[in-house]
Amino acid sequence: MAKSKVVSIDEAMSHLFSGMRIMIPGFVNCGVPETLIKGIISAGYTDLDVISNNTSVQGRGIGRLVHENRIKHITCSHIGSNKETMAKVVAGEINVTFTPQGTLCERMRAGGAGIGGVLTPTGLGTPMQEGKPVIEVDGKQYILEKPLHADVAIIHAWKADKMGNCIYHHTAKNFNPIMATAADLVILEAEEIVEIGELEPDYIMTPGCLVDYVVQGCPAE
Amino acid sequence: MDAKEFIVRRTAKFFKDGDVVNLGIGMPTMVANYIPEDVDVWLDTENGAIGLNGEPDAEHTDLDLVDATGVPSTLRTGACCFDSFTSFGLIRGGHVAFTILGAFEVDQEGNLANWTVPGKITVGMGGAMDLVSGARQVLITTLHTDKNGNSKILKKCRLPLTAVHAVDYIITELCVLHYNGEGLVLEELAPGVTVEEVIAKTEADLIIPEQIGSMV
Repeated sequence: MAKSKVVSIDEAMSHLFSGMRIMIPGFVNCGVPETLIKGIISAGYTDLDVISNNTSVQGRGIGRLVHENRIKHITCSHIGSNKETMAKVVAGEINVTFTPQGTLCERMRAGGAGIGGVLTPTGLGTPMQEGKPVIEVDGKQYILEKPLHADVAIIHAWKADKMGNCIYHHTAKNFNPIMATAADLVILEAEEIVEIGELEPDYIMTPGCLVDYVVQGCPAE
Repeated sequence: MDAKEFIVRRTAKFFKDGDVVNLGIGMPTMVANYIPEDVDVWLDTENGAIGLNGEPDAEHTDLDLVDATGVPSTLRTGACCFDSFTSFGLIRGGHVAFTILGAFEVDQEGNLANWTVPGKITVGMGGAMDLVSGARQVLITTLHTDKNGNSKILKKCRLPLTAVHAVDYIITELCVLHYNGEGLVLEELAPGVTVEEVIAKTEADLIIPEQIGSMV
């Protein structure tokens, strides 16, 4: 019989640690695992090495971790939606490594799919090329970008069954499906948790085998 | 009509039926308001949808449906949603017909700088580098000069680049310039603007053809 992975937020948090490399999805405030972020803050974890697209807005989503000084380094494509992040980066309190948004996706895909890197034209002739091999294929040049992998990914789904098969809603998908593939430990929060077998197999967007723990989440605020 | 409205009205005339178009932040967003009614354009948002349809009223706001600035949006009939990985595959793979972006600087080699001003603006490039490397046509909407009257269209960009040889058209309040792989061709002039005025206000060298069209 298929087994439930549903646990309390405290049980889920007990598997995390300070200094972890953690993938956190979301586009500005959309599709952010708000319940799990609050859980990390309550559990006291710090020195986080975050991989995300951006840092939400001030005091919300990933912005909560920024505000509480829990992030030491962030790999992302954009911080412009959060003035507090910009100020802390300028002050040297958070180190940032910028990566183009599409390259971020491809590096996670490589990390989650057992691929040793990707060749992308994005960033050729720009500062993104510095220090990276440029490889020519059939007369075209590409930058070699290496895979991204994390200790932990925290994911926000609309509906999930108790073993973690899940569905995302509209543009709240964003980085959730790809991040679920690229971490050693995947914790999923879902707005609605249903019985195993209730979701139509053809509509499932992230296979439950990728998910370690399922936690009750809440809709976007 | 102010200069920005004039620029975006001309820009909206580039599209044809069925085109998937990505609009950047600022002036490019305004292009959506001026797409001719008889042209069926599909607005792409890189956070994961094709078929955006403007802001909702308060009653129909869904926080799981936002545009590329994070503002709640709506979907038109026939729209679809997808994850970021699929989104950037569509962009990089040449499936988006036009990307429309602003510029800090653009130059006569088709180079674009619009993501950082070292020491001043440190926000990151977001999806801009992928959009300009992957979209089939890259349109730059910009005022011809900066606040101090200096040309934004240069011989060579001075700021860190977003992409090399990527720009197809530059649309300003004075003219339309086309990067043809060798240089910037003065293709169209705004009403009342002369070739001499454009040359005087442009640092870049321009290619002046025998026939120059009108922006309206």
